[in-house]
Amino acid sequence: MTAAGLIFSNIHDQSIPEMTRMRTMASIPYGCRYRLIDFALSNMVNSGVTNVGVIAHYNYQSLLDHIGTGKDWDLARRSGGIKILPPYITAYENRAAGKLYENRLEAVLGAINFINRCNADYLILSDCDVILNIDLKKVLEEHIQSGAYMTLVGKELTAGESYETAVNVLTADESGRLTDLACYKPEGEAVCVSTNIMIVGRSDLQNIVSESIARGYKSFYQDIIAKQMASKLIRVHKFEGWCTHISSLEGYFQSSMDLLKSEVRDSLFNAEDRRIYTKIRNSAPSHYSNRAEVKNSLVADGCVIDGTVENCILFRGVRVGKGTVLKNCILLQDTYVGDNVNLNCVITDKNAVIKDGRNLSGHETMPFFIGKDQTV
Amino acid sequence: MFKKKECVAMLLAGGQGSRLYALTQKTAKPSVSYGGKYRIIDFPLSNCINSGIDTVGVLTQYQPLRLNEYIGNGLPWDLDRTFGGVKILPPYQGFGGADWYKGTANAIWQNMEFINQYDPEYVIILSGDHIYKMDYAKMLAYHKQKGADCTIAVIEVPMEEASRFGIMSTTEDGTIFKFSEKPKNPDSNKASMGIYIFNKNKLESYLREDSKDPDSANDFGKNIIPAMLANKEKMVAYPFEGYWKDVGTISSLWEANMDLLGDRPVLTLNDETWRIYSRHGAEAPQFIGEDATVINSSITAGCEILGEVRNSVLGPGVRVGKGAIVADSVIMANVTIEDGATVWYSILDENVTIGKNATVGESRDTATEVAVIGADVVIAPGSVTPAGAMISEN
Repeated sequence: MTAAGLIFSNIHDQSIPEMTRMRTMASIPYGCRYRLIDFALSNMVNSGVTNVGVIAHYNYQSLLDHIGTGKDWDLARRSGGIKILPPYITAYENRAAGKLYENRLEAVLGAINFINRCNADYLILSDCDVILNIDLKKVLEEHIQSGAYMTLVGKELTAGESYETAVNVLTADESGRLTDLACYKPEGEAVCVSTNIMIVGRSDLQNIVSESIARGYKSFYQDIIAKQMASKLIRVHKFEGWCTHISSLEGYFQSSMDLLKSEVRDSLFNAEDRRIYTKIRNSAPSHYSNRAEVKNSLVADGCVIDGTVENCILFRGVRVGKGTVLKNCILLQDTYVGDNVNLNCVITDKNAVIKDGRNLSGHETMPFFIGKDQTV
Repeated sequence: MFKKKECVAMLLAGGQGSRLYALTQKTAKPSVSYGGKYRIIDFPLSNCINSGIDTVGVLTQYQPLRLNEYIGNGLPWDLDRTFGGVKILPPYQGFGGADWYKGTANAIWQNMEFINQYDPEYVIILSGDHIYKMDYAKMLAYHKQKGADCTIAVIEVPMEEASRFGIMSTTEDGTIFKFSEKPKNPDSNKASMGIYIFNKNKLESYLREDSKDPDSANDFGKNIIPAMLANKEKMVAYPFEGYWKDVGTISSLWEANMDLLGDRPVLTLNDETWRIYSRHGAEAPQFIGEDATVINSSITAGCEILGEVRNSVLGPGVRVGKGAIVADSVIMANVTIEDGATVWYSILDENVTIGKNATVGESRDTATEVAVIGADVVIAPGSVTPAGAMISEN
């Protein structure tokens, strides 16, 4: 039984506009050296799925640059491998020029050629706003054994956790069968939220697509899943490890800071035989000077640290000058911080420059964001 | 011709590096780790690709498994090519019998067919023993400009150390008139770096002659270069300036690693203009704990530092436990230093485990020699390993 992967690279772009102005959700940098798509891709590769389509919508240059031939994920293959699926617009189709898909169903429709040709028995669908390290092989085996029509991967929230955006809340009976589906903002109750990772048979997905066209369906959840769950077995697989949704800049900040907890790193990075792969940049090891004082921080290779760094996430090639104090900051690739700078709760995008002597502070509920290539 | 290349590189990587003792017990010298995430062979390979040389034959003999696996298809160095690229060349059984590589010259002679496939004008001979960044394209241009038959890269060394090297005596225009291997009384301080560019036809004819001589050591330094000098071939020295270090001994390997540290490191690898490539695992970012101290050190991805690290170079995936101290040391990939252990002035090879509260080596103030722990060794908790110790698995 074989499975192919289908990754939606843009589907939640609007939730973090500061960072997706110039890129897809999939190519948002996260965790010192990764981009969000690395988690979805690595989960597939680590589960033996080596035929993966990535649906791109707009702004996907950075995504193309990141993925390249796919060799960093061992997906540069003659047979299968990674395929970027750009918007599929027919020149003579009877709709406004340049109109792109608007929802998950239309996105799948644009990838119908990939689905028709991929020759796998199952498709594993995944978004890029969910960060987790999951053994999909196990989920697939369970799916096959149960003979389910569809399996959704859910994550049970701990009580007290809340969401800023509406999510699909899954209710399942004891056997794991989906019994109710609702879309709302959970506020503190211990509910099971969909990770938008789902497994469905290829022919079933083909049928879903043709039926959606015929009936004008718009929503994968409301029009397909909600309508089918009574007549067909739709299972919920509860994921036990650490998992986060990126749904806002504050959420991005919090999810990044979570990486400073060892149990989070163990779940995400240290799973046996399931590494997270990313594009290799050949940075040298990081250099800590005689004056460096680094505490409770996650640092990528290629950094040069000459100051004080506490509770920070430093991406590749970040420079921290003399006498500089960084607290609770996330500095993306090649950020340059001069001497005697004080930063607190600041997120800088790629290539940002903070000149000598600057003082900037945000708050953890509202981190201060400095855009790509900007100089302060 | 479709596969023609102007210059082909031949990288001699078969040496054992016996003076690295425990570090080369399980692997050949070129695959010994350096600078955290690199291996010695990354330097000549990266120099090749950065110099526009995309065809490299790597001659292996001693313990080639790790080296073969490391080089693989050459992808990390962009040497996975349809035409050219990196090729591993082990000794083989031929029609006339089978032979190990008897010497450096013999190794090249046995692979003349590999070189001739590409019909090159020039052959550059490299070794996998040195740490340096060098543009071979400049050396090749110099070779052409001088109209030489053979160009040898030289570096000026302090006169008092000259007797440790192969010394080239040159006229003012750089022509070599004398070569002396480790002379007692050197008359020049131009040391051979072991990097030669030959006109291919000249090289082939000298190797052919050499192969017929049963008394020859089949060595470039001992036989080929002296024979060419005796025949008054045009031989020139190419002066190289910059960092160059033979890492053939424990102390020089340790020093070369320390050269990466300090406010103004003698050697910088964080160099966008001359990247050194290496094969990567998929390590997580490095984590520096709440109570950790990291000072004047070079740390690689996958490390988790909860203790104290000073003046040290750490490879990927190293764990330094709570209260552990690592000072003046070179720690290679995936070493675990458990809580409370102390590592002074040492080189720990890959996958070593230092048990809780164990002590390895002595403070650099008192120790005279580096302690070396070979790959996969487990040091018992609470034990004391003296300075200068040399411990390997068997």
